[in-house]
Amino acid sequence: MNHIDFSLVDWSRAQFALTACYHWIFVPLTLGLSFIIAFMETIYVKTGDEEWKRLTKFWMTLFGINFAIGIATGLILEFEFGTNWSNYSWFVGDIFGAPLAIEGIMAFFMETTFIAVMFFGWNKVGKKFHLLSTWLVAIGSNLSALWILVANGWMQLPEGMKFNPDTARNEMVDFWKVLFSPVAINKFLHTVSAGYVLAAIFVIGVSSWFLLKNRDVLYAKRSIIVAACFGLLASVFVMFTGDGSARAVAHHQPMKFAAMENLYMGQQNAPLAAFGILKADPTAPGHKKMDFKYLVEIPDVLSYMAFLNPNAYVPGIYDLVHGNPAHGIPSYNERIAKGETAINSLAAYKRARLAGNDSLAKVSLATFEANYNNFGYGYYANRDVHELIPSIPTSFYSFRIMVFLGLHFFALLLVVLILTVRNRIESKKIILYTALWTIPLAYIASMLGWIVAEVGRQPWVIQDILPTIAAVSQLKASSVQLTFWLFAVFFTALLIAEIGIMLKQIKKGFTV
Amino acid sequence: MSLQIQDTMFESLSLLSLQQYWWLIVSLLGALLVFLMFVQGGQTLIYSLGKSEEERSLLVNLLGRKWELTFTTLVTFGGAFFASFPLFYSTSFGGAYWVWMAILIAFVIQAVSYEYRKKPGNFLGQKTFEIFLVLNGLLGTLLLGTAVATFFTGSAFSVNKMNLLDLTSGNMPVISQWKGPAHGLEAALNPVNLSLGLAVFFLSRVLAILYFMNRMGQAAIMERLKKQLLHNAIPFLVFFLVFAGWLLLSSGFAVDPKTGVVGMEPYKYLHNLIALPVVAVLFLLGVVAVLLGIIRVTFCFEKCHTRGIWVSGIGTVLTVWALFLLAGFNHTAYYPSTWDLQSSLTIENSSSSHYTLTAMSYVSLLVPFVLAYIWYVWRAMDNKKITTEELQSESHVY
Ligand code: HDD
Ligand code: HEM
Ligand code: HEM
Repeated sequence: MNHIDFSLVDWSRAQFALTACYHWIFVPLTLGLSFIIAFMETIYVKTGDEEWKRLTKFWMTLFGINFAIGIATGLILEFEFGTNWSNYSWFVGDIFGAPLAIEGIMAFFMETTFIAVMFFGWNKVGKKFHLLSTWLVAIGSNLSALWILVANGWMQLPEGMKFNPDTARNEMVDFWKVLFSPVAINKFLHTVSAGYVLAAIFVIGVSSWFLLKNRDVLYAKRSIIVAACFGLLASVFVMFTGDGSARAVAHHQPMKFAAMENLYMGQQNAPLAAFGILKADPTAPGHKKMDFKYLVEIPDVLSYMAFLNPNAYVPGIYDLVHGNPAHGIPSYNERIAKGETAINSLAAYKRARLAGNDSLAKVSLATFEANYNNFGYGYYANRDVHELIPSIPTSFYSFRIMVFLGLHFFALLLVVLILTVRNRIESKKIILYTALWTIPLAYIASMLGWIVAEVGRQPWVIQDILPTIAAVSQLKASSVQLTFWLFAVFFTALLIAEIGIMLKQIKKGFTV
Repeated sequence: MSLQIQDTMFESLSLLSLQQYWWLIVSLLGALLVFLMFVQGGQTLIYSLGKSEEERSLLVNLLGRKWELTFTTLVTFGGAFFASFPLFYSTSFGGAYWVWMAILIAFVIQAVSYEYRKKPGNFLGQKTFEIFLVLNGLLGTLLLGTAVATFFTGSAFSVNKMNLLDLTSGNMPVISQWKGPAHGLEAALNPVNLSLGLAVFFLSRVLAILYFMNRMGQAAIMERLKKQLLHNAIPFLVFFLVFAGWLLLSSGFAVDPKTGVVGMEPYKYLHNLIALPVVAVLFLLGVVAVLLGIIRVTFCFEKCHTRGIWVSGIGTVLTVWALFLLAGFNHTAYYPSTWDLQSSLTIENSSSSHYTLTAMSYVSLLVPFVLAYIWYVWRAMDNKKITTEELQSESHVY
């Protein structure tokens, strides 16, 4: 059994999570606000009305403040694949590196170049060209989301690749399969539309504050109209694509799905846990088993949601760990044995090649290939199988809160839009306050979405192929701990600065 | 679609040609990055050039319109290196951890400084953000230069893919293991590495001065620029000559093309220069252009001061490009291991697969378009020189 430095693995995970989450504080607003600004400027160019221009510039300033930290944290993320996940970078770099490079060439240059026009070009280029630049910034930032989400989607469903035993890594064999993987597509659509919802709520919330203060009323109402139309459409889209994402999880990552639902025993006609409170099961310590303290169930819905068939069988955590022959599910111990065989036969293949023993090499290679889809499980040889279960409460609650908030956003956006169209929004103080306080909720919902996606797939970095314990760089845990705290301090300081600046800038209002 | 069609452009190239093509591209990105680091150089000069608050703001704004271009080039350089030579990515970044972390942190503090420096409510104060800019300028250039120098001087690491398959020995299953004592910081103590680091640092300041001369409409600062030019050009020259001299005289890490065995060869980089005449021409042209830009500005200021950045800038790109090519071409290990010669990385043993390099090569066809729109946009944006008065009429200032 190999010695794993768990504190190194955990600090590396913590550092990556910290950076990713900080990145994600800034990115969704960029994704959505860039489009809202582009709509506003389009109206300005169409109507020639200077007030729309002022409106555009106000939101653009906030966009700029937000953008800067997004870039800073993104840089760290990109290099962390090398600094902290060095094995990973070699093992799947052939597939994973390409989207990152394409992102740089295709998206980031577009963003940076046209952002310069957007901010500094008002008096230097024509109106039309300026508008085009604003649109290109929006398209560029959404393209960057596309490529990175393709990369992330591939980690959840590693397809379009083949393991090359001679280079000891996975190699891409089908670019289109990577790009158009069902997971990647759902992920992209769901994530960007969540960004649009967040940005719409941001704009509506800030504008509501102006209405509550009775300042800049015309500007605020115009902003609300644009944001509410856009946000409402996006929030419908979020629900559809979220449903699609859940289905993709059910098909490709059954353990994540079972954890999201706290489904312990698999069943047909599985009910959806619409509302539930968990408690640890004292009879099974160390097994991560959770019971329900309270539970509101809707019969058949989970089966239907997952497989579009109310009678479909949904495997539970127990089935996945201990196997369920009736449904063709192997146990983790079987998979671990196969993974061990895969690893050992690959080693035998390499030794045979070195020794020039071609027939042994051929046999070993065949054994390896027959067992490759369980490769990652091999690293759990002689370990406790329960290490392969993700945190159930985290997955369960994060998922429920996200979905609940999604419904809340939809309702709020609908009400706001109706009231604004009827020109009655200023007098509805409760709605205005709700809109204001929904801003942080939008951030929470989108952060929780990532928690569901990333915590739920633990311990896999690449589903079934590479676990975190085999992906890290060889470093001292204390080194990673130090950089973790350095980043934590820096990012937090920058976040405080950004919030301070943002609030000051908002208070200045539209007319400066 | 196109990737499935056989015998079109890139598919028919051999793996080696694709590896060389990508080494050319990654090297070019690295070279462009060094040129664009005039932004960093400029940041270290804001106090010596700007005597008043207004002048400093003018300088910061001149740089501020270009910093993202530099930053994005760094990001793309990283992404392209990852995609084309992933073993380098995992070996160097995971190994020389502290150098790369220091570089990253230096760039994090830069990214916010322009936008936040003068904004009300920034809680750390204007001064802090200016210090961030200076630190980024200093550390970014010095450490990147030092890191690039290790392409010639080597580092202590081992690469063993069998580690991944080792379930019994009690070691972590990690392929690349660093053997240097300080996870990369030891590189900064090597005088050869340091001389390239310092050369890059002073070069970035020289380029910044030439850039300011091109864009600045403020007479008082112009005088200071003239004085600073030589103060930085001379140390640049000294450190560059030290490094170049060492390079041409030193032994290098040669790969036997038949067996792939790495060994030391006396005068390896000099031999490469002779064996690759195109690279030799690039290198000489580059060095001459860098010097020419500086000399012409010094001796015919009135007529030439706006052109120096272009001449020296192009010279920088050519020189750095040639340096990278010397490190990787002609059977040379571009990321050598002094701990175990056979672990050294070459463009052949560290690259992505034929398929991935092909797919990415199609993407690389976009690069000329990207360069074209960057060029077009900046011509439209930079048609006027900038003065403090002009700055006051702008809606978005840093
Ligand atoms: C404003 C934010 C927001 C809102 C309201 C929702 N989501 Fe979401 N969700 C995200 C923001 C988000 C996200 C941050 O964008 C995630 C993280 C990873 C991803 O693909 O998107 C995500 C992930 C995510 C996943 C995990 C995907 C995976 O593991 O790969 C599922 C199953 C759902 N969502 C489902 C839903 C459903 C059914 C919603 C119903 C309304 C919903 N989400 C609303
Ligand atoms: C699309 C881009 C992303 C990629 C490629 C990515 C990749 C990774 C990787 C490699 C790890 C470390 C290995 C592991 O623990 O599995 C990780 C962990 C994590 N990521 Fe992401 N991530 C992405 C986006 C995000 C975002 C936007 C967030 C948060 C808002 C996030 C939250 C997390 C968390 C919380 C963990 C730690 C999970 C744990 O170790 O328990 N990720 N991700
Ligand atoms: C681990 C994964 C990720 C990496 C390595 C990464 C990398 C980066 C980098 C290097 C930048 C700066 C680019 C520049 O110089 O302009 C950046 C910015 C950006 N990224 Fe990420 N990113 C990750 C996750 C994500 C995710 C999940 C999304 C969206 C869904 C996203 C969307 C963006 C956007 C829109 C920007 C523009 C700047 C901003 O944040 O406002 N990124 N990212």
